[in-house]
Amino acid sequence: MASAQTSLDAGAITRRRPFITQSRREAIVAYLFISPWLLGLLIFLVGPILLSFYFSLTKYTLIKPPEWLGFANYERMLTDPFVGIALRVTGVYTLLAVPLGTIVALLIALLLNQKVLGIRVFRTIFYMPSLISGVAVAIVFSWLFSHRLGIVNFVLSRLGLEGPNWLGDPNVVLWTLVLMSLWGTGGGAVIFLAALQGVPQSLYEAAELDGAGALRKFWHITIPLISPVIMFSVITGVIGTFQTFTISYLMTGGGPGYATLFYLLYLYRNAFNWFEMGYASALAWVLFVIILFFTLILLRTSSLWVYYESAGRGR
Amino acid sequence: MTTIAQTQQRPVYKTKRSARRRVSDALRLAFVYALLVGLGALFILPLLWTVSSSVKPIGAGVKFPPEFLPSQIVLDNYPQVFRMIPFARYFLNSALVSTIAVTGELLSASLVAFAFARLRFPGRNILFLVLLSTMMLPGVVTMIPQFVIWKTIGLINTYAPLTAGAFFGPAFSVFLLRQFFLTINLELDEAAKVDGANEFRIYWQIILPLAKPALATIGIFSFLGSWNDFMGPLIYLSDTDLYTLALGVNYLRSFRGGGELSYQMAAATMFVAPCIILYFVAQRFIIQGIVTTGLKG
Repeated sequence: MASAQTSLDAGAITRRRPFITQSRREAIVAYLFISPWLLGLLIFLVGPILLSFYFSLTKYTLIKPPEWLGFANYERMLTDPFVGIALRVTGVYTLLAVPLGTIVALLIALLLNQKVLGIRVFRTIFYMPSLISGVAVAIVFSWLFSHRLGIVNFVLSRLGLEGPNWLGDPNVVLWTLVLMSLWGTGGGAVIFLAALQGVPQSLYEAAELDGAGALRKFWHITIPLISPVIMFSVITGVIGTFQTFTISYLMTGGGPGYATLFYLLYLYRNAFNWFEMGYASALAWVLFVIILFFTLILLRTSSLWVYYESAGRGR
Repeated sequence: MTTIAQTQQRPVYKTKRSARRRVSDALRLAFVYALLVGLGALFILPLLWTVSSSVKPIGAGVKFPPEFLPSQIVLDNYPQVFRMIPFARYFLNSALVSTIAVTGELLSASLVAFAFARLRFPGRNILFLVLLSTMMLPGVVTMIPQFVIWKTIGLINTYAPLTAGAFFGPAFSVFLLRQFFLTINLELDEAAKVDGANEFRIYWQIILPLAKPALATIGIFSFLGSWNDFMGPLIYLSDTDLYTLALGVNYLRSFRGGGELSYQMAAATMFVAPCIILYFVAQRFIIQGIVTTGLKG
């Protein structure tokens, strides 16, 4: 409004509306400000996505220019047994790691939200592992989970339990990786903690006056009010776990057998060990569509289970 | 919090039940501490074990029963790692890559976020939606074409592929900064405009200084992402002199003696230390940043 006012004033003086009005100038400046992102969008996202689709329709080994194949790469995927294995491994892992990760993060957040002495120290303790990279995690946990010499199984044996062959048993190894992923849930917990602290205390007090117990308050106040954060965490979790790579590459190499042949590991081998860039691009596109599908389902169904405060208030 | 609220005394019952209340309060407190200590141990022990194993003597990894504390403290494992791989070089390589990436990300993301938060322009809402949706796009689909492009222009085995993206407004950082910039009073801009400041001066001299906590948060996340990145260097760096620490620490394992527990843990400790130190230095920024940048939704 202020800018419209200015342009009117300018018009009165020059008797003609100038081409560059205040608001136009601001728009030009704004586009200059966002130009890095706009350029990046084209160079690092839109361009490569289109290029990737083109590659997926070709045979491309980097040595010779791409050869047109049509949809042969996609047909090949249907008969490639490893694609099925990789999808199953990745799907099962996601199905285990995302819900468990979300629940554990939420439980830790509830625990860290207790107002007890020394809680800051505990916040630090729970948060620290999430700062640590996949490489260090892989190296450290390879030792900890060693079947015969590892300290985990030694402690278990002292408690009278026989520890499994964490990384060597194809029926166990995926659970081991899920367990390890839970070690990093402190990062998510801090985000949940921030959300918990944003829930107005007055709502709890009002519920208490109505005689609501702790569980009912949690279920009917806490959960609905932090549900947008839960959804955010689930979506980023799904996107992340579908693209699990480092842990399987470093710790298990996809084994034992093919028990941890994650989709991205198989894709990586196709692209960078066997230089099947065309086939790997097709693999990438299929994973891309799968992840997009689940993201959209989560977003679409969000109105059923996510409570948006602003919508309720009619803002 | 819910349980704390629950134990708040209701005046009606106060005299009758205060003794029982005190007992249940004490029990609840004991339960909370038991959980905190028990779960906390699971989170901290792998880290402590890493550090303690880094000073264990040779052969500790194949000893049974395994020890938590070293039988004898061997500090020489650390210099040994420097002799086995060019550790200092890898450390500096990683520091260089991370510094470039953090600088690029802070500059570009804050510029873009400034426009989305404080300037009016046609298409702003649509473009912001585009930005949000790019956060949801899995990176897997761009990996191969990006590699092909970098290879075609001959920049494989340089740090360009690992750092260039940071200069183009990474979406997540733009989003967080935009949320923070929105909380700064718009009248500041108006006042500065009256005084004749242009948009860039407002960005540089008013908004950025006020956004230090948010910038610190973004900077730290950007640093962690870059320092810890494994797949990027794995794809783009084949010259071992250029390796970042993430590759170097793994590279150590392929050397003679690299299978030693204590060497691996010494390397892992030194690799992780900068992240932990940075966290302690900037702890209050991180927490404050997470709260204020509106991750709350």
